[in-house]
Amino acid sequence: MSSVVEVRGLTKSYGKESVVRNVSFTLEENKIYGLLGRNGAGKTTIMHMITAQQFATSGMLKVFGEEPYENNRVLSQVCFIKESQKYPDNYRVIDVLEVAGLFFQNWDKVYAHALIEDFRLPLKRRMKKLSRGMLSSVGIIVGLASRAPLTIFDEPYLGLDAVARGLFYNRLIEDYAEHPRTVVLSTHLIDEVSQLLEHVMVIDQGKLILNEDTEVLRGKALSVAGTTAQVDEFTKGREVIHREPFGGLLTATVVGNGKAEDRKRAEALGLTVAPVSLQQLIVHLTNGSVRKAGEVE
Amino acid sequence: MSMSMDDSRPIFVQIAERIEDDIIEARLPEESQVPSTNQFATFYQINPATAAKGVNLLVDQGILYKKRGIGMFVATGARAVLVEKRKDQFYEQYVVSMLREAEKLGITTDQLADMIRKRGSKHE
Repeated sequence: MSSVVEVRGLTKSYGKESVVRNVSFTLEENKIYGLLGRNGAGKTTIMHMITAQQFATSGMLKVFGEEPYENNRVLSQVCFIKESQKYPDNYRVIDVLEVAGLFFQNWDKVYAHALIEDFRLPLKRRMKKLSRGMLSSVGIIVGLASRAPLTIFDEPYLGLDAVARGLFYNRLIEDYAEHPRTVVLSTHLIDEVSQLLEHVMVIDQGKLILNEDTEVLRGKALSVAGTTAQVDEFTKGREVIHREPFGGLLTATVVGNGKAEDRKRAEALGLTVAPVSLQQLIVHLTNGSVRKAGEVE
Repeated sequence: MSMSMDDSRPIFVQIAERIEDDIIEARLPEESQVPSTNQFATFYQINPATAAKGVNLLVDQGILYKKRGIGMFVATGARAVLVEKRKDQFYEQYVVSMLREAEKLGITTDQLADMIRKRGSKHE
């Protein structure tokens, strides 16, 4: 499978402060990636470098096999939907679509207008008169209808209600199934998107701390509850990512091998076993209280 | 999200199990066509690659087979194979956990057997 983005030792510093530290990863063709992490973790900076809006301090960065800076061959294949996209003052919704149609080679005008109906957007309204949620919808429509070989959504749904978010997920899966392309989704609503993601990358304090197929992660961690003695017996020699005492009881989240034996062993010890969602796993990995940044193995 | 998956196991395994359920309960009769990978993906709102992995799990086991250019079909004899497989899992999945809960509540094996017979006689 050919790679769309290749990043090796990517670093971005402002003076002495590094916001992206020695990050390496590869994005393969036609997969949906989740780029996850807390606010200020460095996700947006990474996306800005991939899309040639910021220079890296050091490291290697190739997009479609080439350097992206001032490179039209690369940039015409990339669509980057930002959380805080600014539009010229006099632009209406329809003007944004017209310009997007000029810029993106695979732009589907009919599809864009169908999406406008789906999201109930007023075509003739000025962008600056749109609500926050409507602005987000415009970004989503441009991102979907661009059908760009590399489409990046950075927190695309500020102010967007649950119905519109559901619509976005639906349309994304449908259109991706028909027109496969590489998609990067950066979001905090992890539970909402975890089923859509084929691969997950987690950034914490500028470092890539997790880079794994979603299906491998699913079921890997489990949460056990019982008396402190029982829990300690089970967690001995295992990686504990979260501990929470409650009266005489203890709840612990451990990274297991994802196999059924783990669960059976916990149950045999009399522990209550509960699954850990991807969102919970990432919250535990990035809250910084228990573990140092490291990899899940 | 409709028909959401449980968090403890990979989604592709759960997709395969749902197709198996449909075959066992004859909602998908033998030699009938199975929805496409993309149809599964949009219906369950999951990644198409994950849906494909679930379907392929059943192709590898000979439960489904591919007709080139047409799609995926349920193999003849698939139902019997799946029923046997589920019977093997029945003890582990249901009996063991039932016994554990019964023990916790102080229900004896005899009392448990009585409950099952009482319930069973209603069905006969």
